[in-house]
Amino acid sequence: MGTEFKESITKAVNNANLTGALGKFSEAYKVNRAKAYEGIDFEELRGRIADLKGYAAAHLDELSDQFQKNAEACGAKVFRTKDPAKVREYILKVAQDNGVKTVIKSKSMATEEIHLNQYLEKAGIEVGETDLGEWIIQLAGQTPSHMVMPAIHMTKEEVSDLFSKEVNERLTSDIPRLVKVAREKLRPTFLAADMGISGGNIAVAETGSIVLMTNEGNARLVTSLPKIHIALVGIEKLIEKYADVATILKALPRSATAQLLTSYVSIITGPTPNSDGSMKDMHIILMDNRRSEMAADPKFKQALQCIRCASCLNVCPIFRLVGGHVFGKVYTGGIGTILTAWFDELKKSEDIQGLCIQCGACTDVCPGKIDIPDLIMEIRRRLVQDQGLPLLQKTIYAVVNNRKLFHGMLRAASIAGKPFTSGKFVRHLPLFLADLTDGRSLPAIAAEPFRDRFKKIRQPKLKEKAAFYAGCLIDFAYPEMGESLVKILNKGGIEVIFPDDQTCCGAPARYNGAYEVAASNAVDNIKALLREDVTYVVSACPTCTVALDHEFISTFESLGQTEWLPQAKILAAKTIDLSTLVTKLVKEGRLTLKEGQKLGKITYHDSCHLKRTLKVSEQPRELLQGVGYEVTEMFECDTCCGMGGSYSMKLPEISAPILQRKLRNIKETGAPTVAMDCPGCVMQIRGGMDQDGATVQVRHTVELLAEQLEK
Amino acid sequence: MLYEQFKVRAEGVSAEVTRYATKNEALEHLLQFLHKEGLADTPQSTALWAECSFLDGMDRSELTKNAGLTFEVTRELSAQARFGISQMEWALADTGSLAQNSTAIEQRLVSSLPSIHIALAPTNGILPDMPTLLSRVHPQECAYLAMITGPSRTADIERVLTIGVHGPDRLIIIFVDELGGDN
Repeated sequence: MGTEFKESITKAVNNANLTGALGKFSEAYKVNRAKAYEGIDFEELRGRIADLKGYAAAHLDELSDQFQKNAEACGAKVFRTKDPAKVREYILKVAQDNGVKTVIKSKSMATEEIHLNQYLEKAGIEVGETDLGEWIIQLAGQTPSHMVMPAIHMTKEEVSDLFSKEVNERLTSDIPRLVKVAREKLRPTFLAADMGISGGNIAVAETGSIVLMTNEGNARLVTSLPKIHIALVGIEKLIEKYADVATILKALPRSATAQLLTSYVSIITGPTPNSDGSMKDMHIILMDNRRSEMAADPKFKQALQCIRCASCLNVCPIFRLVGGHVFGKVYTGGIGTILTAWFDELKKSEDIQGLCIQCGACTDVCPGKIDIPDLIMEIRRRLVQDQGLPLLQKTIYAVVNNRKLFHGMLRAASIAGKPFTSGKFVRHLPLFLADLTDGRSLPAIAAEPFRDRFKKIRQPKLKEKAAFYAGCLIDFAYPEMGESLVKILNKGGIEVIFPDDQTCCGAPARYNGAYEVAASNAVDNIKALLREDVTYVVSACPTCTVALDHEFISTFESLGQTEWLPQAKILAAKTIDLSTLVTKLVKEGRLTLKEGQKLGKITYHDSCHLKRTLKVSEQPRELLQGVGYEVTEMFECDTCCGMGGSYSMKLPEISAPILQRKLRNIKETGAPTVAMDCPGCVMQIRGGMDQDGATVQVRHTVELLAEQLEK
Repeated sequence: MLYEQFKVRAEGVSAEVTRYATKNEALEHLLQFLHKEGLADTPQSTALWAECSFLDGMDRSELTKNAGLTFEVTRELSAQARFGISQMEWALADTGSLAQNSTAIEQRLVSSLPSIHIALAPTNGILPDMPTLLSRVHPQECAYLAMITGPSRTADIERVLTIGVHGPDRLIIIFVDELGGDN
């Protein structure tokens, strides 16, 4: 990551106004969004949106033709181009041909994308933004920090300073008064403008209509008052059917601002009369700018299902800390990273793609059903493919790829340093890579790894067998978790085997775009774990479980490797996480946990991979409740703890405040213990509690359950 | 039933909703409201009434005796008016929205430039939701379909909800049973 980029992050996370406003908004958003969707089957709705947008993305040419034909039949002029430069030239030509001096605009990200304002202004045309947020940042000479709320980073005091200069009057920071000032100041601009430029939220092929939504009412004025209206529409806004407008409008305002509908929705089909009786001169520009290339990409075509609600920004634990400016000048947040990589260039996304911690919060809420983290991983993979890995990472993965050397170094580390701080090389190894960061202590490497301790465990001979996949953290930092697991499974009638050849699950390599390394890790593990015939392959680390269950397959597929795919699928079918397996054993009556005890309050932290990829959240809670804990939910229980594997080492300035928020939410429950199913989260949260001096016990569910086995 | 749902939703977004059985009752209420809010034949106090079926059979010259009330709708007059009166043909119960074929510019001028928009609507024009509306109103017959949900609003400064930006800061909705409607 570049120093300049790092500096922009530090600046953002230390901007109290920004993090305060975004933090407050993100908390309110979750509650309000849920309320707005009450009584609506979101999964069904987004299924329909994904289908209709997916269809449109696969038929862009056809729908563009149809749109053009129908809009022209209604009297609109349609201009289609792949090239942003041609868009700018076309708009300028229409302006010059008609002697346009002033232009008013309603909010349009497509015009931001092609830097239209600067271009027109250079040609001597005055351009006025009319969306309040856009106007504020235009006055401030800034760029939008959020797709829906462009000026969310600014305080009312800053706005009152800007407006005071604009109206030559000292204004207070009274918000309703500031809004009135904007109304009064912009009204004459509206009435005098020669041309109105809008974007388009939707373009309907079947009818040649464009749909515009605003809350302020500016798009109505932009499309009504001037005699010329130009709508600039990215072709990803096309849909086939008019009736589908209602489907998108059901989700867009709910997801964007938790409204049932924006104050104003206009469906415009061809020109309408002006107040002097003449007809409006209406132009619609369908802009491609690499969208059809995106549609032809098997992986990224999915991104065209975006309806630009920005809910991926609103729920992102990173975005609420850094805001939009860190992401660049136009599109921000998760989807913005993807759009920047395409509409701008892949190289431009090099730094910003690293901001994604892969928690998956955005995939849960995306109304277009886009797997944003997965596409960001694909960007990472392609960047590595284009540019190769940095030398240090290359060396690390050379080690990880050699299990004996890798494990040898981990063992050496346990002797060399406790806590684990020294040794330049070793501290960069996946999951153990730490400089001691502020706010978190790291665990010592266990004196005796699980793989050695396992040999001393005396198990009963049982018919059913499960292979235990420990993962680096349980094997080398928390072997006691592995021992608990063996104890529980034995009680449930399952004998545990531990294939010694198992190695790193490949997640660290994969999350850094090093797919070849991840594939090689996958092959080693498949060989090790399928050697003996077992019913289950069980893991107590959700990141590892996801690797075994999903990512081995998708890594092979991404690389076009087919040799090990069938075995990867067999392994996936056997893979199960600890809580799900225990729940199954209890339900089948094979395992009895103590009941009816009073163990007191406990709170549960949902690990990202467990909740959002594996869809497991009730099982651990029910198990804990069953043995007698009183589960008290914390605020934002399923928000990332900031660990994200090596993320916390690469971006400690982001990871640390995320952790602090998590610690606060845990402590506020008043529970003496917090449980979780992921050793990575344990490492992050236990380390945080330790530095914090709090007395809260941080435990893996497997340890808590092992204490409650019936004798 | 639909009316009750509409009223809850519309009031939830700061619209003011009333309902009358007859046009005469509605008119009486409307005129009372205008006078109470300072209707006068001076700039920023006038009312513009756009063409609509509510006016069918009404004596317009009698109505214009209320100083400041006019049926002439232009850009300039709309920009100076305090009240804009129009008839919205449909309403959507599930979002508390009004909808209108706004192809005639006058309909948009009175509902967007003045600070108070008074919307007359037929009670029977209340439809359950947007899919129903779109199935009835086709773009071929309606070049500018406008939906209005509450007054103009913004939260662009510090996420504080503020009513009245570029459009009206009050939306007064008067349902009239006698107006019939499309439903």
